[in-house]
Amino acid sequence: MIPSAFDYTRPTSVDEAIRALTDAGEDGKVIAGGQSLLPLMRLRLAAPAMLVDVGALGDLRGIRDEGDWLWIGALTTHDEVVHDPLIREHCGLLSQAAGTVADPAVRHRGTLGGSLAHADPAADLPAVAVALDATLLARGPGGERSIGAGEFFQDYLTTALGPGEILTGVRVPKLGEGWGYHYEKFHRTAQAWAIVGVAAVARRSNGQIGEARIGLANMGTVPVRASAAEAAAAGAAADRDALREAAQRADEGTSPPSDLHGAADYRRHLARVLTGRALAVASGV
Amino acid sequence: MARITVTVDGVTYSDDVEPRLLLVHYLRERLGKTGTPIGCDTSNCGACTVQMDGASVKSCSVLAVQADGADITTIQGLAQDGEWHPLQRAFHEQHALQCGYCTPGMIMAAVDLLRTNPHPTEQEIREGLEGNLCRCTGYENIVRAVKSAAETGVTS
Ligand SMILES: Cc1cc2nc3c(=O)[nH]c(=O)nc-3n(C[C@H](O)[C@H](O)[C@H](O)COP(=O)(O)OP(=O)(O)OC[C@H]3O[C@@H](n4cnc5c(N)ncnc54)[C@H](O)[C@@H]3O)c2cc1C
Ligand code: FES
Ligand code: FES
Repeated sequence: MIPSAFDYTRPTSVDEAIRALTDAGEDGKVIAGGQSLLPLMRLRLAAPAMLVDVGALGDLRGIRDEGDWLWIGALTTHDEVVHDPLIREHCGLLSQAAGTVADPAVRHRGTLGGSLAHADPAADLPAVAVALDATLLARGPGGERSIGAGEFFQDYLTTALGPGEILTGVRVPKLGEGWGYHYEKFHRTAQAWAIVGVAAVARRSNGQIGEARIGLANMGTVPVRASAAEAAAAGAAADRDALREAAQRADEGTSPPSDLHGAADYRRHLARVLTGRALAVASGV
Repeated sequence: MARITVTVDGVTYSDDVEPRLLLVHYLRERLGKTGTPIGCDTSNCGACTVQMDGASVKSCSVLAVQADGADITTIQGLAQDGEWHPLQRAFHEQHALQCGYCTPGMIMAAVDLLRTNPHPTEQEIREGLEGNLCRCTGYENIVRAVKSAAETGVTS
């Protein structure tokens, strides 16, 4: 279908974009790559009266090494996240997960910022942001602020972004020496969303797991950390059995949905199995 | 209305468009480029795939206003001097189509794949065409066609 009519503006400065968004109020919406928003508008599930296209905002572009973390502009496409040498070197989990998003054509348009701001609990990159303790940077009428990934995702398709606020970039901590990572996604058809996705990073030392961090996709209304499994993995022997044991706790404290793709108890089972696999690869066993 | 200037298959056009006009509708209805079909409402099927500034996009999921200043290639811009593009020839020779509805999108996605990976494995071909659905062929001959075009050394 054809989307319902709307006004469109493509500002060239962030201030101008914030003003346009603020003036439009409830009926205004940011558009970046459009890969989530346009399908919704074509189905008339969304009908914003004003679209503020952030595509021309240079401040939202680029990838910079800032010491302990990378600053990644909100407009960085999934395809760029997959191929960028800095991201691959320091935040390989993000590149790996971005490579599982949708298909090549969607990855050419869809952006990291759009994926995070859309906050679909089934999406891959929010789970990675949570596992890596990324910091999201927003600018709005009240100025600039940073929001931890753990606080950013508030509910189904709902984030901490306030009226008139734009996500400008993400600070992703570099994985240090001794850390490994893996994104394990389970889906049954090509270009499909995760039935469950597990983003894991682990630090291994002297045959043990020093620390593990695990983010889960599609195990609730927001991406969540598998805290019980993280605690169980810390100090465990770096072998398959011990990690599988720790992964038995991956679904603790989650409330996965039941839908056409799987029942809640099936998702709990998947979370445990996939966490075991992801931890094993991340710890190099 | 917004004014856009777009180059499509080597010809530059300037037009006033409604912001809600999708690129695929602009191509088909304004420019008469009906070689690019529409197969779904959900951005899944890939039938509408074109190249935008050298990379594949689903033209049903781009607003015409977002294509302002862009260089677009559709299936109708692939043949040169009356000669089919090697991928078009390979699809024909390897019987990679039945109804043909998915074919323009398949070929445009395959162009993108061979641009980034001139010698893909069979698995890489399947992954490269992940965003394109075919209801008829079962994909086998499509994969074969891309493989055969790659062997003849297509890079554009
Ligand atoms: C066929 C298909 C398959 C897909 N499969 C997957 C998948 O397997 N895994 C997955 O994770 N995703 C998948 N996606 C979604 C894809 O990742 C989208 O690209 C992404 O969710 C949205 O990014 P975008 O730039 O296109 O955002 P848009 O569609 O432009 O915007 C999405 C939302 O974010 C808001 N927004 C965007 N940018 C900003 C910003 N800078 N500041 C504030 N708000 C902003 C918009 O207002 C809108 O609400 C799929 C999409 C399609 C079409
Ligand atoms: S028409 Fe189906 S993806 Fe564009
Ligand atoms: S040939 Fe009919 S859909 Fe592919």
